[in-house]
Amino acid sequence: MIALLVRDLKLAFRAGGGFGLGLGFFLILTVLVPLGVGPDASTLGLIAPGILWIGALLASLLSLDRLFALDFEDGSLDLLATSPIPLEAVVAIKALAHWLTTGVPLALAAPVLAILLNLPVAGYGMLVASLALGTPALSMIGAFGAALTVGLKRGGLLLSLLVLPLYVPTLVFGAQAVTRAAAGFDPVTPLLLMSGITAASVALLPFAAAFALRINLR
Amino acid sequence: MELSVSNLTCARGGLPLLEGVSFRLRAGEALVLRAPNGAGKTTLLRTIAGLQPPLEGEVSCPPEQITYAAHADGLKATLTVRENLGFWASIHGQTGVEAAINRMNLASLADRQAQHLSAGQKRRLGLARLLVTGRWLWILDEPTVSLDTASVALFGGVVREHLAQGGAALMATHIDLGIPEAAMLDLGPFKARIPADLGFDGAFL
Repeated sequence: MIALLVRDLKLAFRAGGGFGLGLGFFLILTVLVPLGVGPDASTLGLIAPGILWIGALLASLLSLDRLFALDFEDGSLDLLATSPIPLEAVVAIKALAHWLTTGVPLALAAPVLAILLNLPVAGYGMLVASLALGTPALSMIGAFGAALTVGLKRGGLLLSLLVLPLYVPTLVFGAQAVTRAAAGFDPVTPLLLMSGITAASVALLPFAAAFALRINLR
Repeated sequence: MELSVSNLTCARGGLPLLEGVSFRLRAGEALVLRAPNGAGKTTLLRTIAGLQPPLEGEVSCPPEQITYAAHADGLKATLTVRENLGFWASIHGQTGVEAAINRMNLASLADRQAQHLSAGQKRRLGLARLLVTGRWLWILDEPTVSLDTASVALFGGVVREHLAQGGAALMATHIDLGIPEAAMLDLGPFKARIPADLGFDGAFL
């Protein structure tokens, strides 16, 4: 299983692997928003948590359709399905690799980009914490969507339509936690609810995704 | 160890292609499936490999003892030959990457990325994966596609060594691999009769 993780990370960092795609998108979005909205500091500070969270969510959606599609096209998925590793573990490891190459860089870059959006200082810690705890759910839910659409040509559109509604609770609670922290309120409740969603998706969705993959391999 | 397939019916896209397929394969034996294109060889092989469930019948061999070499080689273009093979070796908990590279005549290409290999070299790398799986039964779907004559003979030798070590091979191929002990099975008699009543969907369409 470690071999699969190492391989996926290696592939992501090599040419054409897609590492940096999400990060680049996140950067562009947060640079463009102040230009579009205008330089009023208080408006920017108000919308910053939402914009940062929406940016992170769309950025992690960008590289999802490659998650299983590439392995499906070159035959690796067939071979992984007949290998000693259970398909559930394959799904979990690939989601973990997606999180390490997308979610972690986003969480680390977010405070720097939050300066551009004039996020109140009190919100910085909660921004990193909420992204670190919320993006695993984005990767795992996305892996489930990718497993459902793996056999389809140009399944990206369907994938987005399937996955985005499932992202809504994470987005609502994640952005709410940052907003509350930035405004000086207690952010623990939305943070706990969001972490609960993450825990549930990490626990349950590998099985659902492996089931979808088995059907798509037939 | 033995593979026994009894009364197997397999379907592609919901339509039965082959029915009542039965055969046995013991250690040290090879079986070559012969049938025209589209008869269902790949479907049968995928069913035996456990990638799709049969409509009816049984496959006695657990999927943990089978490795499947499909039309696609499962290679990653940006990994080198050694990395590709090393990945599959560690997935199967095996060693012997260097031996497999040498056996399939890939030593001079070991540090080259798979995207820079020719079609035949990719195929040799895909087949070298079989050597690092440690599995008993090799299921080979058209293993010789894009191989030259020398490589076909080389691979024939590799399969014979596997058989001599108590392995078994089930393959679909149109050309002779140079394995005299291989038995033939013509799939023609097992062709499924298309049922007159395809159910509501059939009537509707």
